[in-house]
Amino acid sequence: MGAEMVPVEHVLVLAGLLFVIGLFGLMLRRNIIFMLMALEVMLNSAALAFIAAGARWGQADGQVIFMFILAIAAAEVSVGLGLVLQMRRQLQSLDMNDAVRLRG
Amino acid sequence: MTLTLFLFYLAAGIALLSTVLALTRANAAHALIFLIVSLLAIAVLFFFLGAPFAAALEIVIYAGAIMVLFVFVVMMLNLSEGSREQERAMLDFSNWWLPGLLTAVLLVELLYVLTAIESETSVRAVMPKEVGLSLFGPYVLGVELASMLLLAGLVGAYHLGHRFLQRDRGRRD
Amino acid sequence: MEILLTAVPMLPLASAAALLLYGRHMGQSLVTGLGVGSIGLAALTVLAIALQWQNATGPVTVLLWQWFSVGNFSVDLALRLDQLSLIWLCTITGIGFLIHLYSSEYMGKDDNYSRYFAYLNLFVAAMLLLVLGDSLLLLFLGWEGVGLCSYLLIGFWYGDSANGAAARKAFVVTRAGDAAMALGLFLLVAEFNTLNIQEVILAASTSWKAGDPLATLACLLIFAGAVGKSAQLPLQTWLPDAMAGPTPVSALIHAATMVTAGIYLVARLNGLFVLAPDVLFAIAAVGVATALMAACAALAQHDIKRILAYSTISQLGYMFLALGIQAWDAGVFHMMTHAFFKALLFLAAGAVIECLHHEQDIRKMGGLRTHLPVPFWSFLIGSAALAALPATAGFASKDLILLRAWEVAGSGVWLWSVAAIAAMITALYSFKLVFVVFFGELKTEATHQPGWRMALPLTLLCGLSIVGGWISLPLAEVLPLAANDPAHGTIAIVSAAIPIVGVALAYFIFLGGQVNTTGLTQSPAGRWTAEYWLQGWGMDRLYDRLLVQPYASLAQWWRGEPMDRVVALLTGSAVAIHEQLSVSQSGRLGRYVAVLSAGLIVMLTLMLVRANS
Repeated sequence: MGAEMVPVEHVLVLAGLLFVIGLFGLMLRRNIIFMLMALEVMLNSAALAFIAAGARWGQADGQVIFMFILAIAAAEVSVGLGLVLQMRRQLQSLDMNDAVRLRG
Repeated sequence: MTLTLFLFYLAAGIALLSTVLALTRANAAHALIFLIVSLLAIAVLFFFLGAPFAAALEIVIYAGAIMVLFVFVVMMLNLSEGSREQERAMLDFSNWWLPGLLTAVLLVELLYVLTAIESETSVRAVMPKEVGLSLFGPYVLGVELASMLLLAGLVGAYHLGHRFLQRDRGRRD
Repeated sequence: MEILLTAVPMLPLASAAALLLYGRHMGQSLVTGLGVGSIGLAALTVLAIALQWQNATGPVTVLLWQWFSVGNFSVDLALRLDQLSLIWLCTITGIGFLIHLYSSEYMGKDDNYSRYFAYLNLFVAAMLLLVLGDSLLLLFLGWEGVGLCSYLLIGFWYGDSANGAAARKAFVVTRAGDAAMALGLFLLVAEFNTLNIQEVILAASTSWKAGDPLATLACLLIFAGAVGKSAQLPLQTWLPDAMAGPTPVSALIHAATMVTAGIYLVARLNGLFVLAPDVLFAIAAVGVATALMAACAALAQHDIKRILAYSTISQLGYMFLALGIQAWDAGVFHMMTHAFFKALLFLAAGAVIECLHHEQDIRKMGGLRTHLPVPFWSFLIGSAALAALPATAGFASKDLILLRAWEVAGSGVWLWSVAAIAAMITALYSFKLVFVVFFGELKTEATHQPGWRMALPLTLLCGLSIVGGWISLPLAEVLPLAANDPAHGTIAIVSAAIPIVGVALAYFIFLGGQVNTTGLTQSPAGRWTAEYWLQGWGMDRLYDRLLVQPYASLAQWWRGEPMDRVVALLTGSAVAIHEQLSVSQSGRLGRYVAVLSAGLIVMLTLMLVRANS
C-alpha cells in the first residue's frame, strides 16, 4: 500500500467512539453474554487505536501489541465463557442482578 | 475525495453502526452476527491503515475463533430467543440515562483530547515480515508471557466447563 | 552486753520463724515451749541487761550491719539501749511473757495454735526492733511489722468475714497515719540526709529555730503517724473493731504495747518536737479531746471488750496530753502503769468471757463475784487503778499528769478541767462495769474456773497494778524533766477526789439504786446521746459516708472498664464506618462499572484541567 493519505486522527476518534459504545453496552445490558460482547468491543477499539498509532509512526510495534491484545482477548473469553456455563448451572439464570452473593 | 478515502469512511461507518446494533439486540445470535460484521469492517480499516497482517489476524482469530466460541456457547445455552423483559429493560429510560450520561461525558473528553492533534498525516504500511522480526526480536519475552497466559486460559476454561459437560453427558445416558 | 542486746529481739524472731515454717508439724507442748519460752528467755535477758547496765555508763549501741547506702545517704542496722528503750523492753518482754503464758491456756483448744504463737512472737520481735532501733528507718520497719502482725492477729479467725473486715479496717486506718509519717521521714532525709535518731535531733536543733515551719511540718507528719498507731482522734475508729481478735491479742497489742508505739515515737523524738511548740499544743489538745470523747463512748458500750477498748483510747489520750505539755516523764510513767492495769483488765475480761462460754454482752452478765473470784479481784484492782483511786499505780501516774496540766501557762485550767471530767467518767464506766458484771443477780452461769496459767498472770499483774506506782523511772538522762515538783495543795486534793466521786456515783446508780437515771437515759435526748456515743460519736458513719462509699462507688464504676470503653470507642467507630462503607459493595457488576467509569471521567477531567492551566 505504501504511504497513504489516511486521516489517522479520525481513526483514533473512531476508536474512541467504539470504546464509548462498548462501555455504554457494558453498563446497559444485564445479560452476561452481552456484557462479554461489550468487553470484546472495547478491547477491539483499543486494538484499533494501537494499529493506527503503529501506522502513523511506521513501526511494527502497533501490530505486535495488537497481537498481544488478541491473545488476552482469547484467554479472557474462554475463561469468561466457562464462568458463564458455571453461572448458568448454579444460578439457572444469566442475569447479572442475580449474581450478587459477593455483597456487604 | 479519493476512492480510498470514501471506502475508508464507509468501512468506519459500517463498523460503528453494526457495533451499536450488536449491543442493542435482544436476540443473542443476532447481536453476535452484527458484532462479526463490525469486526470485519475493522479488518478493512486495518488494510487501509497498512497493516495487512493485523487485518488477517483480526478476521482469522477475532472473528473466526473468539466470536465462534461465543456462538457455540449461545447455541449450547439456547439463548437465541431473547426475552421480552430484556427488550423492555433496554428501552426503559430509567435504565439507560446514567450509562448514557457517563458515556457522553467520556466521549466529549476523548474527542477534546483527540482533536487537539493536527490531522492529515501519512501512514506507512508495515509488512508481516517486519512484524515477525519484531516479535522474535525485542518482544520475544512478551510472546512467551502471552503463551503462558493462553495456557492459563486453557486450563481454566477446561476446568470450568468440565463438570458442566459431565453432568449433561450423564443425563443423556 | 552486745550479745545480750542482740539476743533480745532475735529470740522471738527465731521462734516466730521456726513456728511459721514447722509449727504445723510440732506438738502442742513444743509450740508452747517455743512460743512462751522465747519470750520468757527474752525477759530474762532484759533483766540481765538491766542489772548489768547499772554499772555501765551511757547508752549502748550495737551495730549489726549496714543496711544500705545510696549516694551519700546510708542507714545502719543498729540497736541502741538507753533508759527509755529499757523501760519499753521491760514492759514488752515482761507483760508479753505473762500474756503468752495466759494464751497457752486461753488458746489451748484452738486448731491454729502454732500460727497464733508464730504471729504473736513475730509481733514481739517487731515491737522490740521498733524500740531498739537506732535509726528512724529501723523504727519504721518495726512500726510496719507490728501493723502487719496486728492485722494478722485481729483477723486470726478469718473464717468469719467480719474479722477480716475489722483487720482490714485497722490496717487501712493506721496506713493513713503511716503514710503521713513516711512523708515526715522523707522531709527529714531531704533536710538532714540522715535518719539516725541522735543525728537527726542534733542537726535539727542546730539548723532549726523553735517554731520553724519545716520543723512544724515534720513534727506534724510524724505525729500523724502516732495518731494512727495509737488510735487518737481522728484515726481512732479501728481500735474498737480490733476487739474481734482473741482477747490476749487485745491485751498485748491493743493495750500494753503496740498502741504505745506512738507514745514512744514522740518521747524518743522529744528533741525534735520541742522545736515545734504549735505541734506540742496540738498534741495536748488532741490527747485531752480524745480522752473525753472515748470516755463518754465507753460509758455507752455494752460489749465488755469494747468498753476496755475505748478506755485504752482514752488513757492514750492522757499520755499524749502529758507529752504535749512537755511532762515527758509523766507520759512514759502512765504508759507503764497503764500497761499493767489494762493488760490485767483485758486478761480478766478474757477469763470472764471464756468461763461464760464466749458471752461478751455485760447486760447478760451479773453476780459473778462469788462464782469467779480471781477475775473479780482482778477487775476490782484493775478498775481501781484505771479510775486512779489512791494507793494504786494508776493514781500515781494519772494524777501526775493532771497536776502538770494544771501548771501549764494560759490553757492549763482548760486542759485540767477536760481531763478531770474525763477522769470522773472513767471512774464511772469502769466501776459500772464492775458492778454490773460482778454484783447483782446471776444471769449467765460460769462453766469453769480459769486454770493456773491464766490465774498466775492475773495475780502478778494485780500486784504490779498496786505497787507499780512506786517504781521510779530513771528518765533524767533521756528526757527533759520539769524543774519544779508538781502542784500541791487544793488542786492535788481535788484531783485525787474526782475519781472517788465517780466511783460513788457509779455505786449509787448501778448498785445501790438510790439514784434513778432512767428518766435521763430513757428521754429522747438521753437515748439519742447513748446511741451516738455507742457508735463512737458517729465517726464510723462519717468515714463511711465521706470516704468509703465514694471509694467503693468509684471502684464499682471502674469495674465497668471505662478505659476499655475508650478503646472500644475506637473499634466501634471503625465498625460503624465499615458498615457505612460496605453499602457500596452491592455485588452488582453494572453498578461497579458505572462507578468505575465515573471515576475514570473524574481523573481524566482533572488531568485535562491541569494540562490546560
